[in-house]
Amino acid sequence: MFIETIRLAIEAIFRNAFRSFLTVLGIVIGVGSVIAMVTVGEGSTYQVTADVEKLGGDIVMVLPGQGAMQGGSMGAVQMFELNDNDQLQEELGFVELAAPIAQTRRRVVFGNENWNTEIVGTDNRYFTAAKWELGRGRLFEAGEIKSGRPVCVIGETVSDELFGRANPVGETIRIKSLSCEVIGLTRSKGASTFGSDQDDFVIMPLKTFHQRIAGDSDVSVMFLALRDGTNMDMAKREITALMQEIRKIGPREEDDFEVMDMAEIASILAGITGVLTGLLAAVAAISLLVGGIGIMNIMLVSVTERTREIGIRLAVGAKSSQVLTQFLVEAIVLSLIGGLIGVALGLGLGILGARWLAVPFIPSVTTIALAFCFSAAVGIVFGFFPARRAAGLNPIDALRHE
Amino acid sequence: MVDHALISLQSISRIYGLGDAKVKALDDVSLAIRSGEFVAVMGPSGSGKSTALNVIGSLDTPTSGSYLFDGVEVAGLTKDQRALLRRHYLGFIFQGYNLLARTSALHNVELPLIYKGVRPAQRRKTAIDVLERVGLGERIHHDPSELSGGQQQRVAIARAMATKPRVILADEPTGNLDSHMSRDIMEVLVELNERDGMTIVMVTHEHDMAEYAQRLVWMVDGRIDSDTQMREAA
Repeated sequence: MFIETIRLAIEAIFRNAFRSFLTVLGIVIGVGSVIAMVTVGEGSTYQVTADVEKLGGDIVMVLPGQGAMQGGSMGAVQMFELNDNDQLQEELGFVELAAPIAQTRRRVVFGNENWNTEIVGTDNRYFTAAKWELGRGRLFEAGEIKSGRPVCVIGETVSDELFGRANPVGETIRIKSLSCEVIGLTRSKGASTFGSDQDDFVIMPLKTFHQRIAGDSDVSVMFLALRDGTNMDMAKREITALMQEIRKIGPREEDDFEVMDMAEIASILAGITGVLTGLLAAVAAISLLVGGIGIMNIMLVSVTERTREIGIRLAVGAKSSQVLTQFLVEAIVLSLIGGLIGVALGLGLGILGARWLAVPFIPSVTTIALAFCFSAAVGIVFGFFPARRAAGLNPIDALRHE
Repeated sequence: MVDHALISLQSISRIYGLGDAKVKALDDVSLAIRSGEFVAVMGPSGSGKSTALNVIGSLDTPTSGSYLFDGVEVAGLTKDQRALLRRHYLGFIFQGYNLLARTSALHNVELPLIYKGVRPAQRRKTAIDVLERVGLGERIHHDPSELSGGQQQRVAIARAMATKPRVILADEPTGNLDSHMSRDIMEVLVELNERDGMTIVMVTHEHDMAEYAQRLVWMVDGRIDSDTQMREAA
């Protein structure tokens, strides 16, 4: 008889194909969206951390002000000078390389093409410290750095935008009034986790930047590569102490700069993506809820018809338990089908999304299980409980239900 | 002819609602129906004739009184036992047909056989047989929506007779049909009564239809007003 009941349930699913389809659709949308969004979110978080760590565990950044990474104000912050950077390099034995960085956004022009990009002033130490390799051309010569010659190394994105497939080395690009010769092209690092393009920059000697672009002598970041085997805590303490001395900060005064290692930067960025993941999950949870309400609606709207169906079944001799089993099996089958399709769809979208954002595909078993269980519960509860009520009626009341 | 009554209602009352809103649909009704009888129950609207039929069919439970079916007290049965009573001994025909929508005539007729535990092949054969008997052999795969009212009612009759019940309970079976279709339906019922020996209790408000029965019970205000034997059972 149980086999017979399952058969009755399957028959009912096909008999009410449209209602079944809508129920399944509600579950598919709910489960699918949650899984897709959380998967992409977790992949992004992982990628951010991995990206930053790839730069090296032996990298330290010194930033002016407090909380700049978390979006603190840069307005009244006292910037660094080139001298600060060189002092760090000279006085601290564990600093292998200290690269001064100044940057701003400008439009660059070549012929009829133009492109808005990040203009960076630094020197050759930055290429080594940040692990940039040259695809074509050369780095700066000592004389060019010293005298502030208008030469630049560009990233692949800038090259593509201005020169297409042509070789940019030897050409001259314009940044406002500055004509700048392209001497080198870096090898692509591709998109970072946020989708931001790491190859979108023009790098020139710091002096050129100061004199021809910025009109000041500020250094906004100092990028330090430490020698292998340096103790990070010790290094940060000594860097902090030296910076306090340079900037004449008393023992009771608050620092007006920050020393951060890549692990901290990674955790801050991961925190930001974590918030984004949370937001995505919230949006997804809403779709789950909406899907659930959809299922609820369909089930409740069909209660009248189903109640009469139950009345008919009771009248021809079905026991309430048989009717209930049939409805329960029906709800479970629909929820399972919807859940499985939803999981498949969610993972599929997750794979596509992860590929599109160039982040790893990290499916979360907990999320899959939660989404699946929630939808299944909604499907079963709203499929089953109206049926249970109907099966408890006198058959004649079920038959006459309006 | 069996001596004792197949259906025996003794002082049955059915009260709906509570307090001032109380309605006595059945008021101390006693009625005995012997096996093989064809009884028509008539009366004005609200006289309790349908309620009486539903109580006999165990679709509704009386508020008080005793109902014996073949000597068994139905009030003492559990819900599941009443379901078994319907499954094995009773068949229903309703004014509104009450067929499963989007379900072929064949499947509708098979439904009671499924619950009776009849094997699929036998079930199908029986369903086709009874559908042929009611003249729907050509339409076994049609959904109710593709059938006329008369045809739907014949599917309902086929469903009711498929399990070979001892009693067929018909609640205004011709209420939605024109006189031509009504006569067809009544002839099937008469045949079930005379040839198959099924006991038939039919509620109707049409005198023409009541003419087909052997006995006429007239109800007013939840009570039996008259009980007339029009001719002997076949």
